[in-house]
Amino acid sequence: MTAVEDPAAPDTLVDLAPAKEVGQARRRKEDARLITGKTQWTDNMVLPGMLHLAVLRSPVAHGRITHLDVSAAKERPNVVAVYTGADLAEEQGSLPCAWPVTPDMVNPGHPSIAVDRVNHVGEAVAIVVARSRTAAADALEAIDIDYEPLPVVLDMEQAVQEGSPLVHDSTTSNTSYHFVFDAGEAGTGADTEQAFADAEVTVSRRFVQQRLIPAFMEPRSVVVQPSGDNYTMWSSTQIPHILRVMAAMVTGIPEHKLRVIAPDVGGGFGGKLQVNPEEILCLLLARRLGKPIKWTETRGESLMTAHHGRDQVQFIDVAADRDGTVRGLRVRLLADMGAYLRLITPGVPALGAFMFPGIYKFPAYRFECDGVFTNKVPTDAYRGAGRPEATFAIERIMDELAVELGMDPLELRRKNWIGAEEFPFTTVAGLEYDSGDYAQATDEALQLLGYDELRAEQQRRRESGDPVQLGIGFSTFTEMCGLAPSRVLGSLAFGAGGWESASIRMLPTGKVEVVTGSTPHGQGHETAWSQIVADQLGVPFEDVEVLHGDTAISSRGLDTYGSRSLVVGGTAVVKAAEKVVQKARKIAAHLLEASEDDLEFTGGKFSVRGTPGAGINIQEVALAIFAAHDYPEGVEPSIDAEATFDPENFSFPHGTHICAMEVDTETGFVKIRKYACVDDVGTIVNPLIVEGQVHGGLAQGIAQALYEEAIYDAEGNLTTGSFVDYLIPAASDLPHFDTGNTVHAATSNPLGAKGVGEAGCIASTPAVVNAALDAVRHLGVTDIRMPLTPERVWRAIHSGGDGGDRDPGLSNAQGVTSSEAAVASSTEGDQR
Amino acid sequence: MTQINVRVDGASYSDDVEPRTLLVHYLREQLGKVGTVVGCDTSNCGACTVHLDGQAVKSCTVLAVQTDGCQVTTIEGIAGGGAERAALHPVQRAFHEMHGLQCGFCTPGMIMASIDLLKENPDPSDSEVREGIEGNLCRCTGYQNIVRAVRHAAAEMRGEAEGDPEASPAVVDTAAAEHVIDEPMAAQA
Repeated sequence: MTAVEDPAAPDTLVDLAPAKEVGQARRRKEDARLITGKTQWTDNMVLPGMLHLAVLRSPVAHGRITHLDVSAAKERPNVVAVYTGADLAEEQGSLPCAWPVTPDMVNPGHPSIAVDRVNHVGEAVAIVVARSRTAAADALEAIDIDYEPLPVVLDMEQAVQEGSPLVHDSTTSNTSYHFVFDAGEAGTGADTEQAFADAEVTVSRRFVQQRLIPAFMEPRSVVVQPSGDNYTMWSSTQIPHILRVMAAMVTGIPEHKLRVIAPDVGGGFGGKLQVNPEEILCLLLARRLGKPIKWTETRGESLMTAHHGRDQVQFIDVAADRDGTVRGLRVRLLADMGAYLRLITPGVPALGAFMFPGIYKFPAYRFECDGVFTNKVPTDAYRGAGRPEATFAIERIMDELAVELGMDPLELRRKNWIGAEEFPFTTVAGLEYDSGDYAQATDEALQLLGYDELRAEQQRRRESGDPVQLGIGFSTFTEMCGLAPSRVLGSLAFGAGGWESASIRMLPTGKVEVVTGSTPHGQGHETAWSQIVADQLGVPFEDVEVLHGDTAISSRGLDTYGSRSLVVGGTAVVKAAEKVVQKARKIAAHLLEASEDDLEFTGGKFSVRGTPGAGINIQEVALAIFAAHDYPEGVEPSIDAEATFDPENFSFPHGTHICAMEVDTETGFVKIRKYACVDDVGTIVNPLIVEGQVHGGLAQGIAQALYEEAIYDAEGNLTTGSFVDYLIPAASDLPHFDTGNTVHAATSNPLGAKGVGEAGCIASTPAVVNAALDAVRHLGVTDIRMPLTPERVWRAIHSGGDGGDRDPGLSNAQGVTSSEAAVASSTEGDQR
Repeated sequence: MTQINVRVDGASYSDDVEPRTLLVHYLREQLGKVGTVVGCDTSNCGACTVHLDGQAVKSCTVLAVQTDGCQVTTIEGIAGGGAERAALHPVQRAFHEMHGLQCGFCTPGMIMASIDLLKENPDPSDSEVREGIEGNLCRCTGYQNIVRAVRHAAAEMRGEAEGDPEASPAVVDTAAAEHVIDEPMAAQA
């Protein structure tokens, strides 16, 4: 445990104050404004003289702009200005990609507004600035534009073939990068090829991670106000700090002249972990016009142009002994980048690279990934970012291996997972898992589900030939959270660190302001941070105010993603509080005329050891040092403090998720009968918030399994461009969740927290698919492509195998078992 | 431009509006009632739900001119005043107590839809709540705590759950809030 500001600090954890607030289900401080409609969303902003931006978007997926005439639009009422890419070509630069995963990664650059060529439907081609939202939108109709269509590249497996049309004519292929992690070469495992050559059994599968849309509820919105040569940007973003740095670099506006504010932000899920074209355009236009500019997207624009998530084709092979002991794992991915590399587009699959081995003791592992350009909107972070993909693949293929071996899927997992006594455990991917107990979480989840009864019912239904079959699916997962140790990020070529900052200000009246660099968008930081500080400083929960999301107030920060806030940002708060107490101790000793060493600090009060009763509260110290009439020589008259925490390791939440699924074999309709999960997220600061995070994650993970898919037609049009077509689940589409926790504290931070934001989303998807397959595998079904629509399920049941879904672009199951000496093309009808 | 006279949250307004102006845009842009938000373009998300003459409507599907002579109630008009607990509507209070919101963007619409639901059905089951609010989308909560909140508010509004609201759900194990879970199996679509 080492704070950045003191690299020589001893390798011990700080002493935490006794927890009184931590662990309590405090109701959230944030709620008061949210339930009364008194919230500050970016789109609520109205500034004097404010102008509105509307964006004309390309209707073609790939083409050359041959004609563009905006003169008629300029004549429309209340229009102030109209610009094309050519008008802004000199100053717009390229939107940033902060994660060059390989030294030779090809990045063609990404203009905020297309200059002469478009590469996906929805790309900006012209912009109108007008006095009202409606006037700007109306004027778009008057813009005259023609395109020369170019061949559209949509399918990754075709895109990487020799002779495929290119997305970018500046490149020689559609492959952006080839990323490899080989445990044998890295020295963290044995030789993978040898492991497969020696194996008694190997199982190979091809899985498809469909394209998803984060679909945060608050549409993106940005307002930029110029003032002299200073600019203030309000944006519905997860990352005001990163956005400020990046926007300064892109536009040339000096960083110290740019202030970025994320006011209340209505969800993100990774989707607002981005530097958006419209943010850059609003800055450029505010600079040109000297007026405040606002842009708020429609839902249609959001689904069509905000970055998407997932979209991988996964080829995964597992090698094992006949008794079930796993011997090797081999993964090859095609990852769809879309048309451009956005902020961390290439890094998402690379982040997942280290998690494919999951909780199992594979001695050998090799991972390869090709990042592939297509004429679709770019992919980037979506809740879990790389880890759901890895978890799905490993948890699905463990079930396939169990079937191949004739073993119970849980028995196979037990045989191979890391035992509780083996922590800390260094995996074949080189990660050190710190703590946990997979068996305990599994046992508790089985209890919560009522496993034995459901297995018995499954048997009864099977024997009676019930048209509604029951299946049970497992996901025993871990994830890599608490992003991230800065040195590790550096070794992975990420463009920034992973530290987090906090400062604490003691006000004269004894109230406390906590400034965090981790910017929330629904997670409840204000409440949880207050609980932590209340314990650390011994002040009432109500007396703590948490400030965030404004680079002028919180100057240092790396924002919120990757289940990092509590683990890294919460620890920074603890460290800052520790410094406040250290500084206050000197003042208190002076005022009490005692030696510092004789003071103890409990419950907010400094008292002299052995002299009960006498003492001084930290609030009194705050007032005394505000007056500053009497304080020791050589001490600054302030007890405020700042701290930056850089973790030395990731955290590894884990858990067991079990889904019981009913499948109507006559209609293909699937229904979650019961869902139980036990998660270990380390120390729980607020159980109410933890439970809420798990619920929300489950909803999104289950939605990937059952409902959601971003679909493009053959011309590259998004056909799921509204909430009519893109099915984010309603209340009636989701089951009741039975959730529980085990607690094994993280060893990498003093709070013991592991992170919870992504757990439900990472764990649930394979549990749901495994459950559906368990219900119908006896009917000859080997796989069903996500989402499990009634049609796909019905076809799988009635055709066998994977439902006759043979189009390579539409199928995720051409699996083979090489012990049958089969090859993919000859096992499509595999009816095992 | 067409003139309309409308009462919103108890105050009278007389305004000229474009015939194409949606109620939600009239509320937000002309009246500054920004508590009501826009979440989609297709009337799917329900974030903009308000009450029009006492009935829940999605204010993106109503033209402002249609509200001439009507009473509109928004999220800003249901509490007794101020943000103190005692002044809140029982449904607002229940969303807070049961952690029925995270980012809070869907919350105004969700609360307005829930109030309407409870008017129709003062004692809904879990599945009746789930079906009753299926026109309102939430991306954060997974809905379970919203269902809990609506049923908790229902009980309070029926006069059955008076007393210290901190007493439920359980302090640590919120999953143990049995009083609102009477049919866990019936909740699926």
